[in-house]
Amino acid sequence: MRTSAAAPVAAAAPQQEGVLSRLAAGNTLPIVIVVAAIVVAWYGFAVYLNMPWQLGVYERSGTTWTFADLVRDTLAQERPVLPSPHQVFAEMWRTTVEVAPTSRRSLLYHAWVTLSSTLLGFALGTLLGILLAVFIVHNRAMDKSVMPWVVASQTIPILAIAPMIIVVLNAVGLTGLLPKALISTYLSFFPVVVGMVKGLRSPEPIQLDLMRTYSASAAQTFWKLRWPSAMPYLFTSLKVAVAISLVGAIVGELPTGAVAGLGARLLAGSYYGQTVQIWSALFMAAALAAILVAVIGAGHRMVLKRMGMAQ
Amino acid sequence: MNAPASHIEPAVQTLAPVIEASGLGLTFATNDGPVNALSSVDLAIGKGEFVSFIGPSGCGKTTFLRVIADLEQPTEGTILVNGMSPRAARQARAYGYVFQAAGLFPWRTIERNVALPLEIMGYPRREVDERIARTLALVNLTGFEKKFPWQLSGGMQQRASIARALAFDADLLLMDEPFGALDEIVRDHLNEQLLELWARTQKTICFVTHSIPEAVYLSTKIVVMSPRPGRVTDVIHSTLPRERPLDIRESPEFLSIAARVREGLRSGHGYED
Repeated sequence: MRTSAAAPVAAAAPQQEGVLSRLAAGNTLPIVIVVAAIVVAWYGFAVYLNMPWQLGVYERSGTTWTFADLVRDTLAQERPVLPSPHQVFAEMWRTTVEVAPTSRRSLLYHAWVTLSSTLLGFALGTLLGILLAVFIVHNRAMDKSVMPWVVASQTIPILAIAPMIIVVLNAVGLTGLLPKALISTYLSFFPVVVGMVKGLRSPEPIQLDLMRTYSASAAQTFWKLRWPSAMPYLFTSLKVAVAISLVGAIVGELPTGAVAGLGARLLAGSYYGQTVQIWSALFMAAALAAILVAVIGAGHRMVLKRMGMAQ
Repeated sequence: MNAPASHIEPAVQTLAPVIEASGLGLTFATNDGPVNALSSVDLAIGKGEFVSFIGPSGCGKTTFLRVIADLEQPTEGTILVNGMSPRAARQARAYGYVFQAAGLFPWRTIERNVALPLEIMGYPRREVDERIARTLALVNLTGFEKKFPWQLSGGMQQRASIARALAFDADLLLMDEPFGALDEIVRDHLNEQLLELWARTQKTICFVTHSIPEAVYLSTKIVVMSPRPGRVTDVIHSTLPRERPLDIRESPEFLSIAARVREGLRSGHGYED
């Protein structure tokens, strides 16, 4: 209502001002400023952190140097303590655009390996989380007995339990995608259980009484009342779950000496001091997480709109 | 129209009562000890009656309605609904219940909300559509089928919830302060519509309210209740005609019934704390 009333006013204003004020009013300007500040700070730290090594080089070779030399050289080291942003993006460009995505040297290939186990783990975790929540909500004994275990499971550091999962599953003959995915499952079922228990319990007493006056069966009450009520909670949980699924998949690639995946890239990078490679893998992981969360967010909006709840 | 239809009760009493309570009591066990919500209630409600339950908070009027609906279990005495236990009556879908809040499902349009009980009770698809149209017309909501609840005013939402309770074939309508949260003007309007609906559908209505004028205006029988323990202190048979324009509320007859209700409430010490 309000936007439609405001639209003619905006159209009447001069166009340049419209664009500028829209940028200032929206999220764009603040985001641009924050990103610019981060990039500037990053360059500053890159020079500062790479300086000791660079000074050592100058001293050993006896060259005289200016500040401009120092800045140029610290930002172009082959194995810097902190690579500069343009080095990272050059590396990312080289390993995504200039290499075939099927190649071992392509970052996209590694991203896909990680993504596939993320998605499998996320799907299993969501399913497990929803099932557990349904049992917990419908069964008092389950509520008392399962919930403490669910919480306890998350107090164990994933880095400690991940190698155990991989080793045990390898011993029973499960290798490849599934063990890694199960680590994602282990992490991602938790927010789904917690969110769905709350969501399935979110109907008001009046609504539950109403279903009782109809003598509705438990299944009818579930599908017509509890499940739709839980949708907003489900999607909020899924956003958290998908992000930590990615963490789980990466962690799962670390202890196995996996040959492919973003975790393997991180590990290989740290073995050989390839900080540029580490940072580009980190950025790829962050981009992947952002995309996954955005996809869930789009699904969330779509479902709410279909349910008439997006006002 | 102005024919004095004053004595409806004799005709009503000859029919089998829809609700028959004797010695009914309900004690809640709470952390502060037992709370006696209802105590030795004897009451019979005949078919086609419009019965109001009035009294201060804590007098057990809502509890009594919930016992009829099998939402609470009595601890003493017996109650029959349509000659059955409340549980059997609920399972036979003998009543429609209207709560204080509309309680519409926000993800369903108005027509899907009205369809909810029909879906649960397994009415065939064609009949569902026909019933939605008929009940929405009954509460004057035709044209709002595709709207979501948040697009409607509070009074319209409450009317939709009444339509939902009328959609299936229950002869008994239980209403728990359905207009309590609405303003006076909307409430007057809905009271008028409710009377009209009662005349058209011939349903038995049990209506819980706080308001003396509302109780007198609507009812053929007014049950006055008082708290601690919740009990019936007076049952007043209305002598008003069935046809009731809003200005009947200024007539001497209306005022004398209202005075008797007020008297009943006072004698039950309802207003003292």
